Amino acid sequence: MTAILEALRTAWRNPRGRTGALLLLIVAIAALIGPWLLPDPLAQPDILAGGRPPGLGHPFGTDQLSRDVLARVVTGARISLGVSVLAVALSVTLGAAVGIVSGYWGGAIDAALMRLVDGALAIPRLFILLLVLAVWERVPVLALTLMIGATGWFATSRLVRGEVLRIREEAYVQAAQALGARRRRIIFRHLLPNALGPLLVAATLGVGDVILLEAGLSFLGLGIQPPTPSWGGMILDSREVMVSAPWAGIFPGLAIVITVLSANLFGDALRDAVDPRSA
Amino acid sequence: MTRVLEVANLRVSFPGAGRSRFYPVDGVSFSLERGEMLALVGESGCGKSLTSLALLQLIPPPGRIESGSVIRLGETDVLALKGEALRRIRGRRIGMIFQDPMTSLNPVFTVGAQIVEGIRAHFKMPSAEARQKALQLLQEVGIPDPVERLKAYPHQLSGGMRQRVMIAIALAAEPEILVADEPTTALDVTVQAQILEVLDSLRARRGMAVLLITHDLGIVAGRADRVAVMYAGQIVEEATTSRLFANPSHPYTQGLFASVPRITGPLKRLNPIRGSVPAPAAWPTGCRFRPRCPQAFDRSEIEPPLIPVEPEHRMRCWLAEEGRGTGDRGPGTRAPV
Repeated sequence: MTAILEALRTAWRNPRGRTGALLLLIVAIAALIGPWLLPDPLAQPDILAGGRPPGLGHPFGTDQLSRDVLARVVTGARISLGVSVLAVALSVTLGAAVGIVSGYWGGAIDAALMRLVDGALAIPRLFILLLVLAVWERVPVLALTLMIGATGWFATSRLVRGEVLRIREEAYVQAAQALGARRRRIIFRHLLPNALGPLLVAATLGVGDVILLEAGLSFLGLGIQPPTPSWGGMILDSREVMVSAPWAGIFPGLAIVITVLSANLFGDALRDAVDPRSA
Repeated sequence: MTRVLEVANLRVSFPGAGRSRFYPVDGVSFSLERGEMLALVGESGCGKSLTSLALLQLIPPPGRIESGSVIRLGETDVLALKGEALRRIRGRRIGMIFQDPMTSLNPVFTVGAQIVEGIRAHFKMPSAEARQKALQLLQEVGIPDPVERLKAYPHQLSGGMRQRVMIAIALAAEPEILVADEPTTALDVTVQAQILEVLDSLRARRGMAVLLITHDLGIVAGRADRVAVMYAGQIVEEATTSRLFANPSHPYTQGLFASVPRITGPLKRLNPIRGSVPAPAAWPTGCRFRPRCPQAFDRSEIEPPLIPVEPEHRMRCWLAEEGRGTGDRGPGTRAPV
């Protein structure tokens, strides 16, 4: 575990990594406590006078339905981060499981799993999702999350398989085997912990990807369904008032850019810490 | 004397070109008594490490142990075991330590956790008790300040300390045999001596048999009870240590001694053995040392068996029958005892 802590510490010492981590932290805290402090993101207090510019009372202005944009951006952060963290957790778990099975057992199992992954990687993820979502109208948030997670593990499984193939040959794994360690122990004490670094990097970078993916799907009207606020959905709604009330689209757009950028900054710094050669 | 390990006609094969297989270990036989130290000596590629891995069925696929091979641990037929039964003897009946203590420890766990892991792989024991035992083991292998060392990570220890930790882990399940594969090769000379000291004292205190695998004749002298010299997948000479050092008889063994520099006597040019070890896929026919042997003669074209030279001393060379085995060996071949 110290190796992971050490990597996190090294990433934190890196200015880019620290910027990313701090911004992510701000977004996460806002998403956690913001909704209690801000107006109801669904309330339409003055539906005839929507599209107010930023000012006192509404720091990010209001949209065409007079809803508070800041409240919606913050609630959208909750949805976006929640969906992406959960989806990434799922895909990292699946990827690690498949990668370990493939790398440790090898042989026919490995060949079968990896051909499956090759095939899956050849089809763009967005395509698969669009196909399902085109049929499934008004998809629940949890279902969307699971689908995103279930289509995101292919590259991770390859990564983990490669790590396992490397670690399996390490002297300490052979020593553990020679001293009678059980298979379960070899997998969970030797293979998994030593593959955790690259896995953590993949997860961090994956969060950024999934936020973009979810925003894209919501922008197409296929992801998070209104009235639940989501960044992609807000940009979609703001198209009609792009000129008269641009803040309704600019702020959710900024939120996407800042969150994805900071996830990538932190992920990159983490990668440099885990594998100095890639710096 | 109790015989704790018996190896007979051990053959390990790997797939070669086409459907052929080659035999890096080709008919090795030896035995170990309780508390005895046997040194298996040979150059890189002679099959000594594969021999040690075979003892616990650790030959990496696609290699395999050929049928007809015999490995017995007391009453246990190792080659008949698989799965859980096999795991139970690994570490429990035979403990192993490896050449490179830098990489033989898992970098992400503390030393204590790894010793405890070794204990609990074989004994049902509450973790507090296992930690207590880990502490005793660290003391036994001569690690100063063991309470603090238990919490250390491998990278915080020196090479010699790590090898001591490896020995402690190997001792965790109280095996009756310790296999040490080049345990001191990666260490400084001074540290080497300390590690060998630890092995010696364990042998004396626990009555543990030790199979010491090495290419270094220097660490064998005065330490091992018996020596087996390996060449090209076979044992070519085997004797008690004192007899082997007093009277190295196989031309290969003589060559090994001749290539060790001596610190006494007149200064002479070293006599290294010509050529290099043949590849396992192409062991020479007849005597395998024949292409490099300065004393090869017509009978060398037939593969010799192990022939007695004197009591407790056999070699795989027809010279033993010609009565020339102990004769003229040229300059610089006296053993550096």
